[in-house]
Amino acid sequence: MPLLEAVRLALGMIRAQKLKSFFSLVGAFIGVTFLIGVISIVNGMDRYMREDFAAKLFGVNTFTLRYRPFVHTGDVSEEEWRGWLRRPKLREADFHAIRDALDPEVLVGIESYNQVEVVVGQKRSRNIEARGVSDTYFRIRNYDMAQGRTFTPLEVEHGANVVVIGSEVAEKFFGDVAPLGRTIRVAGFPYRIIGVAKAQGRVFGQSLDKFVIAPYTSQIKKAVNPHLIVDGVIVKAPTLPAMQAAMTQVEAVMRTRRHLRPGQDNNFHLETQSDVLDFWTKFSKILYTALPLLVGISLVVGGIVIMNIMLMAVSERTREIGIRKSLGARRRDILSQFLVEAATLSTTGALMGIVTGIGLAKLVDLTTPLPSSVSLNSILLGIALGIGVGVIAGVYPASRAARLDPIAALRFE
Amino acid sequence: MTDAIIRTHDLAREYQMGAEIVRALRGVDLEIQRNEYVAIMGPSGSGKSTMMNLIGCLDTPTAGQYWLNGVEVSQMSEDELARVRNREIGFVFQTFNLLPRASSLHNVELPLIYAGIRAKERRDRAVAALESVGLSDRMDHKPSELSGGQRQRVAIARALVTKPSIILADEPTGNLDSTTSEEIMKVLADLHQHHKQTIVMVTHEHDIAAHAERIVTLHDGKISSDSRKAA
Repeated sequence: MPLLEAVRLALGMIRAQKLKSFFSLVGAFIGVTFLIGVISIVNGMDRYMREDFAAKLFGVNTFTLRYRPFVHTGDVSEEEWRGWLRRPKLREADFHAIRDALDPEVLVGIESYNQVEVVVGQKRSRNIEARGVSDTYFRIRNYDMAQGRTFTPLEVEHGANVVVIGSEVAEKFFGDVAPLGRTIRVAGFPYRIIGVAKAQGRVFGQSLDKFVIAPYTSQIKKAVNPHLIVDGVIVKAPTLPAMQAAMTQVEAVMRTRRHLRPGQDNNFHLETQSDVLDFWTKFSKILYTALPLLVGISLVVGGIVIMNIMLMAVSERTREIGIRKSLGARRRDILSQFLVEAATLSTTGALMGIVTGIGLAKLVDLTTPLPSSVSLNSILLGIALGIGVGVIAGVYPASRAARLDPIAALRFE
Repeated sequence: MTDAIIRTHDLAREYQMGAEIVRALRGVDLEIQRNEYVAIMGPSGSGKSTMMNLIGCLDTPTAGQYWLNGVEVSQMSEDELARVRNREIGFVFQTFNLLPRASSLHNVELPLIYAGIRAKERRDRAVAALESVGLSDRMDHKPSELSGGQRQRVAIARALVTKPSIILADEPTGNLDSTTSEEIMKVLADLHQHHKQTIVMVTHEHDIAAHAERIVTLHDGKISSDSRKAA
């Protein structure tokens, strides 16, 4: 019997016995819904972590030299933690040494920060991040200006009291008034606003636009760090290999400056976006391990239900099988008829699961910041699983049907 | 060997019933020519059902040979027998044996599906077969929407549609009243006379058997009489 004919027959069967069919496809339905839903959400989160989160916070081909890791995964022992705190801090001199050692095409910048109080007229806010940076910072972090300009190397050299503010700060303190040229008090020091950065958006609901950025040499340094101490030296290379080369160079420079002997551990840390992605990778691995388990259980249950329904169908339709055999159906015709019927059942469930899974992913997409996206692969996998479960669950009932004796089957009441 | 469509030699069939062995057929030699209309008669337990199953290739003998259309079918495998049934035999059953959920048309198409015939030709042939039994206006009806006589005519159309060597009718009027029975017998007689169809009919009713031109009577698994109507 041609496949199409068998599928049509099977669909007719499903229509004729709606309730029974519904129960038999529920397993495949739930399994595939899980599959599509979870894969889409995890994939979406994955993309989010890599493209948005990691790229926004760390930048591409960028690493930061710190005296200790700021992002860490897993347990850090008390002892290890105390060891980190005992390490020497980074100094401005380290920054100069690194900049001198690296290729000119590699950008090197300074970044220090602290939460400070910002005041404009009567308005004040305590939880604004003040950053003291070098002029290269804006290029390293890809900050474009919505208004005004960034500061010049000369302004950094002189420690000019100029500041670039984030879009949310501009909004909060100035509203409709143009902020350029106005004065803003950062940790008590008066600064002139020369630029407003373009909005960076949010990561996990946290605004990336609540900052003021001033030259690290300006008065702000008194509020963010002890004299000559910096929080981080950021390095951005044009390519990944160049970044890796720069990391090696920076490590060498720092080891020399810290007089570390061969075999002695680094007492500083080079942080890349992979540090934060490590954490995410571990987390998503857990999800990806749990997923097949969930999907597997519901598919196995679904398969057992389908097998039982099909066994019932075979005994209910013994007469039909006898008729078909008397008209010339061979064993394999009967076998394929019931296999296709089982597969059609589970595939219908799988298709419903795909639709629901996509709906679930869309819902997450619309109601949360996670850009969940359904991949074609997971849809294909869903369909394949649907067909597979049906065929496997159908083998035993179908072979029983195929082996029926035509005479006994014809006489069956 | 002349133009025999069915030829059996010493055909025997035994069944194991618990510890007992039931010998349903004990050596039957039967020859049926092309274009014959034969009734197989006998009281219950005479072996006529067994005979019908063997002739219809639904079963294989425990001993003896059976040639259908010159081909020995007594040693064939199940799937080979299925092919023979599909091509050579058109069944008409006492209980009609139509698929309850399918339309008349689909029921008649069914053997053509297993013959691997394309949908277009299948449909055309099924329509023609239904027309030939006078049911062209009942093609989309399901068996439950048809009378007994109409159902049996659908079954006859289904038997005819493959152009089989023989039509094998098993108590074709057993579930019908006498008027409808006559009607069905007329359809069969017409097939025999005008379309030269070979028909083998199993029945226990004498007046039904009287429609055939030859009556073979079985008794205790053997042929007890074989009489021909004078032409």
